[in-house]
Parts: sequence; structure tokens; C-alpha cells
Amino acid sequence: MERVPILKLGDILIISIQIDLEDQSVLALQEDLAEAVVAHSARGVIIDITAVEIVDSFIGRMLATIAAMSRMLDAQTVVVGMRPAVAITLVELGLSLGGVRTALNLEKGVALLDHVRGATP
Amino acid sequence: MTGGSELPIASNADVVLVRQQVRSAALEVGLSLVDQTKVVTAASELARNALVYGGGGMARVEIVENGPRKGLKLVFSDEGPGIADVEQALTDGWTTGGGLGLGLSGSRRLVDEFDLVSAPSKGTTVTVTKWAR
Repeated sequence: MERVPILKLGDILIISIQIDLEDQSVLALQEDLAEAVVAHSARGVIIDITAVEIVDSFIGRMLATIAAMSRMLDAQTVVVGMRPAVAITLVELGLSLGGVRTALNLEKGVALLDHVRGATP
Repeated sequence: MTGGSELPIASNADVVLVRQQVRSAALEVGLSLVDQTKVVTAASELARNALVYGGGGMARVEIVENGPRKGLKLVFSDEGPGIADVEQALTDGWTTGGGLGLGLSGSRRLVDEFDLVSAPSKGTTVTVTKWAR
């Protein structure tokens, strides 16, 4: 099983998914990330899915779980780089990822986190 | 019409291999990027179902033709406990496995043809087809 690396930039954790995710890697990432948020006192989490070709219900649920979990640990999550075909497929699948913030790319994701944190210092 | 290929579904890694195989067959058929994404996503859901609920099974990837149209036909079969109430299993949000209950109902929306045959203790076979436009 491959593990997804978690990078730290200031008080933001960045995860860029570059592998074809199997379910075990997804579960490991959830756990690794919860630990990392606490260990680094992170206030923001960015999940980059630019390289992700499909998001099925399992991966979709991971994104929602990470967002909810981070919120409980006082961090905000932004999913960035979703491909248009992935967005279309997710909606048709029935997953709208209601509780998950998104931005078009990493730069906008960082700006969104700055804005959110500026609003609630 | 090609013979198609058979892939075992016995582990999470096999589910990834099924996705990759379906992706390359979808390219070969000439599906659009959106349709490729839809059919690979459906394959991922159905392969996971065969693994999680059926205790493992097989996936068959086949390129089919209907006149000038080409399509991708996928068959997922397992010899698991089967589904007692197929109608209920195809309802959004219904699950016995702690998932979101979108696997079957969602995949049906992502393909052009969807057929499910199942009976208690007889296993489950799901056949789906996506046609190139």
C-alpha cells in the first residue's frame, strides 16, 4: 500500500494525491492527517486532486470525512484542482460534497484559507 | 468484437487494476473524457461491491459493437450472499455495509445500460454498457 505524503507550509498542511488510490491508502491518509493536524497545530488543510482521474463514493466520503474531522480539530479544509469531468461524475453519482470547500487551484485555495481565517481570527 | 479480458477482484489493489483496465478500454472505444470518467467511476463502485459484499469475484471488460457504434461492456460477478431485495438495493442511500449507499444506484446513473441479476445465496452479477456517442 502506498501512503500519501503530507507537506507542511506555515500552519497549512498540503496533500497532493498523485497515486491511484486504493481504499487502504484512503483510510491511512485520514488517520495520518488527523494526527498531523494536531501535531503541527495546523489551521488549514489543502487537498490537491489535480492528478486524480476519478472520485468514487469511497474517495468522496474521505474528502467529506477529512473536512469534518479537521473542523473538529480547529482546521479548515479546501479541496483544490477538481477536474471538470470529475465534478460532473460526482454530481451524477449523487455526491455533492456539501460540507467541503473547494477552490480551482492551489493558489486560490491558499487565498480562501487566508480569507476564512481573517474573518474568524 | 474482441474477446475481452477477465480480471480477478480479490483485493483493494485488484479494484485499482480493474479501474486502469477499464480506463484503457474506454480510450480504445473512443469514449469522451467525461464518459470515460463516468464508466471508470462506475467500475470502481461495482468492483468494490463485488469485493466488500460478494467476498471477491471477477470483472469482465469487453468491447462491443452495435452497427457503427462502439461500446464498453463490463460484467462484475461474485458468488457472495446475493441481494434479497434488488429494488431496495438500487435505492439511493440504502446500504448494509456502512457505505453511503450510492454504489449501485449511482453507477446505474453513470452508464447507458444496467442489468442486475441476484438471488439470496446465488451471488450477484451486474452488467453495464456505455456507448460511444
